[in-house]
Amino acid sequence: MKKLIAMLMVLVLAVSMLTACGGSQNPSADSKESKTEEASKEDTKAPEQSTEASKEESKPAEGKAVKMGFIMLHDENSTYDLNFINAAKAACEAAGLKENEDYFIKTGIPESAECLTAAEDLIDQGCNVIFADSFGHEDYLKEGAKKYPDVEFCHATGTQAHTEGLANFHNAFASIYEGRYLAGIAAGMKLNEMIESGKITADKALIGYVGAFTYAEVVSGLTSFYLGAASVCADAKMQVQFTGSWYDYQKEKEAAQTLISNGCVLVSGHADSLGAPEACEEAGVPNISYNGSTEKAGPNTYIVSSKINWQPYFEYIIDCVKNGKAIDTDYTGTLATDSVQLLDLSGNAASGTAEKIEEAKKAMMDGTLHVFDISKFTVKDVENANASIDADGHLLSYMADVDSDANYTPDTEVVKDGYFHESEYRSAPYFDIQIDGIAFNNVAF
Amino acid sequence: MKEPLFHIVKRDSISWWKSWLIRLAAIAAALILCSVITVLLTGLNPMKVWGSLISGAVGTTRRRWMLLQGTAILLCISLAVTPAFRMRFWNTGAEGQVLAGGMAAAACMLLGGNLPGIILYPLIIVSSILAGAVWGVIPAIFKAKWNTNETLFTLMMNYVAMKIVDYFSQLWAVPKGSGKIGVINSSTNAGWLPALFGQTYLLNILIVVGITIFITVYMRFSKHGYEISVVGESENTARYIGINVKKVIIRTMILSGALCGVAGFLLVSGTDHTIASETVGGQGFTAIMVSWIAKFDPVVMVVVSALIVFLTRGAGEISTTLGLNKSFSDILTGIIILFIIGCEFFINYRMVFRGKHKEA
Repeated sequence: MKKLIAMLMVLVLAVSMLTACGGSQNPSADSKESKTEEASKEDTKAPEQSTEASKEESKPAEGKAVKMGFIMLHDENSTYDLNFINAAKAACEAAGLKENEDYFIKTGIPESAECLTAAEDLIDQGCNVIFADSFGHEDYLKEGAKKYPDVEFCHATGTQAHTEGLANFHNAFASIYEGRYLAGIAAGMKLNEMIESGKITADKALIGYVGAFTYAEVVSGLTSFYLGAASVCADAKMQVQFTGSWYDYQKEKEAAQTLISNGCVLVSGHADSLGAPEACEEAGVPNISYNGSTEKAGPNTYIVSSKINWQPYFEYIIDCVKNGKAIDTDYTGTLATDSVQLLDLSGNAASGTAEKIEEAKKAMMDGTLHVFDISKFTVKDVENANASIDADGHLLSYMADVDSDANYTPDTEVVKDGYFHESEYRSAPYFDIQIDGIAFNNVAF
Repeated sequence: MKEPLFHIVKRDSISWWKSWLIRLAAIAAALILCSVITVLLTGLNPMKVWGSLISGAVGTTRRRWMLLQGTAILLCISLAVTPAFRMRFWNTGAEGQVLAGGMAAAACMLLGGNLPGIILYPLIIVSSILAGAVWGVIPAIFKAKWNTNETLFTLMMNYVAMKIVDYFSQLWAVPKGSGKIGVINSSTNAGWLPALFGQTYLLNILIVVGITIFITVYMRFSKHGYEISVVGESENTARYIGINVKKVIIRTMILSGALCGVAGFLLVSGTDHTIASETVGGQGFTAIMVSWIAKFDPVVMVVVSALIVFLTRGAGEISTTLGLNKSFSDILTGIIILFIIGCEFFINYRMVFRGKHKEA
């Protein structure tokens, strides 16, 4: 009898589900419905809205309504996602958009088909711009872009938009290697201070770096950080410990502890939890973080943090959609757009750091300083078939896999005019060379 | 001697409506407790929280379909672990078995992307079923031959499977070093389960409906099902009546593993079209709970897994619309599930208060 009731309940559930679904066989029917509803509310533009084509140029120039849907991998406990969430809120509020009316933020969306579902759910609610913040979201966003040509899909850190040729699919990143370089200067200055005060000898100036994967984004970041440090402290060396995860508190903490026990006197990193900053605070080792200030987690050890400020990009998207302008297929934020930021130095920074940073920042902005200046680093131990070097180990040429493919086919020469052109042929980094002075402790990831 | 205020007596039997009344009361109590906690901790109107939970789970057609799809996957894994549990073989390795099946499916899609569908689909299905079965049968053989502890063995096999997936994620990553395989065959859709009547997940759901019927019949009416329950009740009895216990253990774990392999196939070929160590997302463990709450009854499992998926999907909406962290909805879900499990106590036992002896 019990089973009979249960069976009946299931039957009722199934029937109600089927009747509810009967109306819309077409997967995009829902979005169309809500679109037209939305349009009829604003009766002045109703005709254009309902016949809206995929070409954004054809849209009316004055103030199209923007509804943003944000898809975030984790919630605000991840420094990476928090950085996006704060920027999204700030940009939307500045544009007069209201949360849960004109913009929606979905957190904890995994890099699976759930991402496409989340995007479609946002489109059901009337969103005409979908943004996702994590690398693994890209494929699902791309599918969404094919399925919904009248919705703009923007994706941070992705690599495919410039080869995909979809009018409504866009990538974005920032020249964060410049920010890393500036953070590296703060590290180098701190090392100098330690050497001068006799705390360490010059040969002990070892930096530790907690990296997620041996992915170009991480390698580019750690190399520019090291080059920044080496620009002020010639004795600096670096050790990198990879965790094989973008967000794993325990692994990041353990990696930082390993580095500290290996003799690293300063730790930085590229992974998203507070694991490394907290390990540093416990051990009393200076720390330079990423994505935002971690001063709360390490009041005695935090020096500075570099981060990508996504607000300018979000404001740019909102402006484009509002005014019917095309969004860049591949947007690279820079120091000039305020997309690349180095936060305020804490009291733990060495004296004179601010001046050095300001000097370098100015030089970068007027184009006299290039982070990946080929005269500033050597690559002796080349296993990298895409690189050719001179007798001293300076890079002469590098063919990068800019148009990513499964065979990693090198396709673009990126060394020109004496420096490696990072984030110019596509926004996402492609510097993946291991240079002298940096040791990778584990490359399994 | 002073008599305690109440004591507990085992019930001989309970009418079906009484047991459902107790369950409903438990859910009502859980909802009230959750509402009180919501008011105390957040100051929000609990009705708003419940409203957004319900709307998040079933508010639109798409959300209803996602509820069905989520239920189908969780149900499939729950059904898979059930025969082994019936036999008192504590298989905590569903996560790894599903992952093994998914890995096999992903490998076939990736390496055999150019094969014609008529070869590719059977290849994917057979290899994911095989991979799941192999992952399940290894601990079973050890249990049958050397009486090793299957709980630990199957649990550890999960991590081995995850690391294998991590290895291939790195090996086949695009772009290099990213650790992500990405959607496989996104341009050709080779090896993807097709949409039926325009519904992406309908085929997944139908396959699981088929498995539900199969497991119900298998457990209730087949000789195998009978043997499984005898082995579960007492191995000695089973031996006495001439059941080959080792054979039953191994055979049942092959079935469990194979069904987990099917779940992996549905996740990779029918849903995500990629593989990562988090593809199963802990559902292998949730399935154990589903199977137990449902007391191994496949039909009840449908309801239980639907309820759990309902709560999880609704929870996502709470964090979007009310700005409450996901941990908060986890607390609510936890309370509701705890009450559901806890109320079974009052179905099996009753409290007898002082001065009401006659009934006992």
